[in-house]
Amino acid sequence: MQNHHPSVFVEWVLVFPFLAALIVYTGSFFISRKKGRKWPAFRTIFWFAGVFLCLISVAGPIAHMAQVDFRIHMAGHLFLGMLGPLLMALGAPVKLLLRSLSIQRARSLTRILRSRVLGFLSNPAVTAALNIGGLCVLYTTDLFRVMHESPLLHVVIHLHIFLAGYLFTVSLIYVEPISHRTSYLYRSIILVFALTAHGILSKYIYARPPESVSADEAEAGGMLMYYGGDAVDLMIIIILCYHWYRATTPKETGNDNGVLV
Amino acid sequence: MKGDHLTGLPQKGYVSRNLWTGILFGIGLAAFLDEVIFHQLLGWHFFYDRSTTRIGIISDGFFHAFSWVATVGSLFIVADLRRRNAWWPTRWIGGALVGLGGFNLYDGIVQHKIMGIHQVRYDTDNLLIYDIGWNLTAIIILTVGIIVLLQTRKRVKGRIG
Repeated sequence: MQNHHPSVFVEWVLVFPFLAALIVYTGSFFISRKKGRKWPAFRTIFWFAGVFLCLISVAGPIAHMAQVDFRIHMAGHLFLGMLGPLLMALGAPVKLLLRSLSIQRARSLTRILRSRVLGFLSNPAVTAALNIGGLCVLYTTDLFRVMHESPLLHVVIHLHIFLAGYLFTVSLIYVEPISHRTSYLYRSIILVFALTAHGILSKYIYARPPESVSADEAEAGGMLMYYGGDAVDLMIIIILCYHWYRATTPKETGNDNGVLV
Repeated sequence: MKGDHLTGLPQKGYVSRNLWTGILFGIGLAAFLDEVIFHQLLGWHFFYDRSTTRIGIISDGFFHAFSWVATVGSLFIVADLRRRNAWWPTRWIGGALVGLGGFNLYDGIVQHKIMGIHQVRYDTDNLLIYDIGWNLTAIIILTVGIIVLLQTRKRVKGRIG
């Protein structure tokens, strides 16, 4: 692979949104605390960890190495597109933001959240298609090679990987106040399809390296994508099932059979 | 009070739920054992085999993804049944054995022999022995599972049906 480091400018363009998100989250945290509402520490920790993983995959030494080594690129992809978004989603930024806003502002925010566009963008089938479809285009066409030559494409593709990963995660596990909800069964089925496509794509990369990637690196990268994807998807499955488990809690006062607690 | 006692059989809806979560878990377990033992530890057939067909990769992908969701999901359903005092381990284990044996038999007959996606083992002159061993094990597990299920069904019929 040719050695094209992203310019400092490109790095900052990618770093900026994450830093902004970090600042808004921290600000909301203090405002909400001032209002006397408690916010679980683990959410804040998840959010910071998620943003950190995203940051190191778009800028700094790891991002530089990712340009020349496909294995590092794939590790960065797992951080930016899967683990980072999952951790950030568990940070429940929208919930925190709603708490910190005035009632009027919070109302206009919920109105936006209820909009048809976001309804469409939070449908698991759509987010899965955006997520996996984007990856398919990136790794099976020569887009991957072109990305290393065009700063604009570099920025757009990295933002897409993050946003698609984030939307996919929040469309499957409802930590936030999501207005367009779908059933657990539907989400599980979509998850199976997405996981399948992810597995197939990683095997495809293993067998047919993207342009400018050596066979050795493609094999290692493909396996990393396969097993790493499995690990993160397992977390999503467990959280989804746990939410189902919590939602179906039987009522305390017996049932028609009288067997229950 | 366990569902296994005659006095405390779970109500009708949960009887079938015990069965199909068992089956779900059995299939997930079959996939897990196949991948860990045969793909990774023994290396008899692999993560990716260049001779496999496109259908092979796609079906494997679906199977793998489904097995993840099935294993985790079924265990959460067991947790839910336990919470409702409706878990019936015998029926659940029967279902799991049927899922495990049934899937391996399907794998051994349809995927290995009819579709030829992959074989039990490649570096051998006597594949037949491996095929017989594989399918026989599957049939035994499946049969035990069916027997267990028939036993529990008798009980259900006696009590509820």
